[in-house]
Amino acid sequence: MSHLLEVKNLDVKFDTDEGRITAVENISLSVDQGEVLGIVGESGSGKSVTAKSIMKLNPGNTSYNEDAEIILDNENVLQFTSKQDLKKIRGGKVSMIFQEPMASFAPAIKIGAQMVEQLLIHKNINKEEAKSISINMLKRVGIADAEKRFNQYAFELSGGMRQRAMIAMALSTMPKLLLADEPTTALDVTIQAQVINLIKDIIKEYQMGVIFITHDLGVIAQVADHVAVMYLGSVVEKGPVNEILKNPKHPYTKGLLQALPDINNLDAPLSPIPGNIPSPLDRPTGCVFRTRCPHHNPEGKDGKIEMKLIEVEPGHWVDQCGNKCGQNG
Amino acid sequence: MGDNLISVNNVSVNFDYQENFISKKQKIHAVNNINIKIKKGSFFGLVGESGSGKTTLGRAILGANKISSGNVIFHDDERDYDLTDMNKQDLKEYRKKAQLIFQDPYAALSPRMTVRDIIAEPLEVMKITNSRQETDERVRDIASKCRLNIEHLRRFPHAFSGGQRQRISIARALVSNPKFIVADESVAALDVSIQADILNLLKQLQTELNLTYLFISHDLSVVAHVCDVVAVMYLGHIVEMGPSRELFKNPKHSYTKALLSSIPSIDPEKRSEAIELKGEIPSALNPPPGCVFRTRCPNPGVDCKGGEIKMGLIEVEPGHWVDQCCAL
Ligand SMILES: Nc1ncnc2c1ncn2[C@@H]1O[C@H](COP(=O)(O)OP(=O)(O)OP(=O)(O)O)[C@@H](O)[C@H]1O
Ligand SMILES: Nc1ncnc2c1ncn2[C@@H]1O[C@H](COP(=O)(O)OP(=O)(O)OP(=O)(O)O)[C@@H](O)[C@H]1O
Ligand code: SF4
Ligand code: SF4
Ligand SMILES: [Mg+2]
Ligand SMILES: [Mg+2]
Repeated sequence: MSHLLEVKNLDVKFDTDEGRITAVENISLSVDQGEVLGIVGESGSGKSVTAKSIMKLNPGNTSYNEDAEIILDNENVLQFTSKQDLKKIRGGKVSMIFQEPMASFAPAIKIGAQMVEQLLIHKNINKEEAKSISINMLKRVGIADAEKRFNQYAFELSGGMRQRAMIAMALSTMPKLLLADEPTTALDVTIQAQVINLIKDIIKEYQMGVIFITHDLGVIAQVADHVAVMYLGSVVEKGPVNEILKNPKHPYTKGLLQALPDINNLDAPLSPIPGNIPSPLDRPTGCVFRTRCPHHNPEGKDGKIEMKLIEVEPGHWVDQCGNKCGQNG
Repeated sequence: MGDNLISVNNVSVNFDYQENFISKKQKIHAVNNINIKIKKGSFFGLVGESGSGKTTLGRAILGANKISSGNVIFHDDERDYDLTDMNKQDLKEYRKKAQLIFQDPYAALSPRMTVRDIIAEPLEVMKITNSRQETDERVRDIASKCRLNIEHLRRFPHAFSGGQRQRISIARALVSNPKFIVADESVAALDVSIQADILNLLKQLQTELNLTYLFISHDLSVVAHVCDVVAVMYLGHIVEMGPSRELFKNPKHSYTKALLSSIPSIDPEKRSEAIELKGEIPSALNPPPGCVFRTRCPNPGVDCKGGEIKMGLIEVEPGHWVDQCCAL
């Protein structure tokens, strides 16, 4: 069966005053129907840029490589240029929950009006139908008084409500693919738990595919089926969530897990991964993590080894260093 | 006032709210009758519901939000500052002593300024230094304390990663040599490794520079690790407060318990044992009478339901305060 989404060999570069920034390099990912792919990784590692590429939402200074493919439902969205085609991936087949909740709603337009407008653009329905779908979806996401909330502005809702309203709007068009960029970061953990359960139910019900971006490994453990770990624009490890969290192979993944503060052991010091992340302007050649890697594989350290994922367990892929990543403890 | 740096006394902050220009004005009760004391040199944590008033309280203590009633006193070595009664000169002085580290390291830094200029700006705006040379010295000194290199100073912020940008924000907040820092979700946008690095840096600077922090965060594991005292907010009220180890080991309030049970487990096979909160979060326009948590409380007492219980903290253990019904 073909995947719902398949990203193949994607590079994303930005032209800036200081030169060309490689934000994403040679990324390959896939998402099936009803599946949640989690993406975790360093701040600035290219998670949002990757998600935005799927909707072609990156700004004008962006360039993609010629041989990259983003296949959604058997079509390469990177080839899309017409308004009609772009409409399909912006709110049609794909919806995005953005990292900043306020950014999703225009401040001076009521929540309901925005939801209705979106539906009218993407669905062949009238205003009344759009209104009832929207109110229904607000109820589905657990908002009481949905009819009243429908007539309010984003700033009038609490953080948790706003986040849920945003999720309702993203889901109301019944996208095949949902891109959720840090959807719960602004929430306290009780509301976060509610929102996660809700997203899980809806995915099951509609067999939606989801990319869930977060730096919270606990959230990843609770929502994702598969997970990809990104560092400086590259995927360094990916696989089933259980495998990755319980049997991590890449030194960066291990470092992330070790850096996690443990509420049950308050005497343990917080242990960051030593060293600094190189600037995206001078990305290391070879393995991107080699400037901070604790292993001493001389070839990897010299940058002579190219990035390449190898399969160490069924479905568990990790970047190689003449296999050292896969072998060393 | 001995060892307290800040006393928050019966502070409330309201915002005006009007549905449209003909309807009548209402009040949003963002912060209600808060009393806290922040000890010198402490790492004071503030956690709670989204929208419960954490940012508003932090800004009120910085003098960036008007205080509707009550007062905030900043106990400096030589004198006290009453934030509800400050003239322009006082406010200028106070701004040097109390600073904010922004939440978003990407948005907070101007893309057109070099890192040196970003860090130097508070010195120039507040006219703290007298010559460019003196400014440069201060900038270099604080930059190296925040582990930024000299050559970083000439660059523009977009050449930096999230963690480095956060260090730039911290350097900027610290350059005026403040005594008190409000860190509002300052590590929320960072991955766990950079987060650990920044938290260690804040701890280290606390000792080196004799700082006091108000640390606002949704991440309870982080708060448990770095804070010595924690206050839990819900709908404008503090519902529980105490030494962080005591509070996390022995939570008393139903909301605190629900919070702690909802921390997602890193083990995918571990089913969540979260206490699920049902019922709507009440609006800050129309807070329920009595205990503010009663519309969602999983096990309210008989007196709570009717809203007959008044909000009010009771000391159950030395320094451990809990809203009253839950305390019993
Ligand atoms: N329009 C742009 N122009 C230049 N550089 C950009 C642009 N957008 C993103 N970048 C750079 O691309 C890199 C990847 O950014 P991205 O926003 O995808 O990171 P992220 O993984 O989502 O990080 P975070 O966890 O902090 O959200 C960063 O170095 C960023 O500075
Ligand atoms: N400038 C303002 N005008 C009107 N209402 C405001 C304003 N600032 C805050 N509020 C309201 O005050 C209440 C408290 O908001 P605040 O931002 O302090 O919450 P918070 O605890 O920081 O939440 P979060 O965890 O989501 O950041 C909310 O109901 C909010 O809508
Ligand atoms: S490829 Fe080599 S240098 Fe890179 S992370 Fe693996 S062991 Fe370290
Ligand atoms: S005071 Fe009563 S209703 Fe409020 S949290 Fe405590 S038990 Fe629940
Ligand atoms: Mg991002
Ligand atoms: Mg806030």
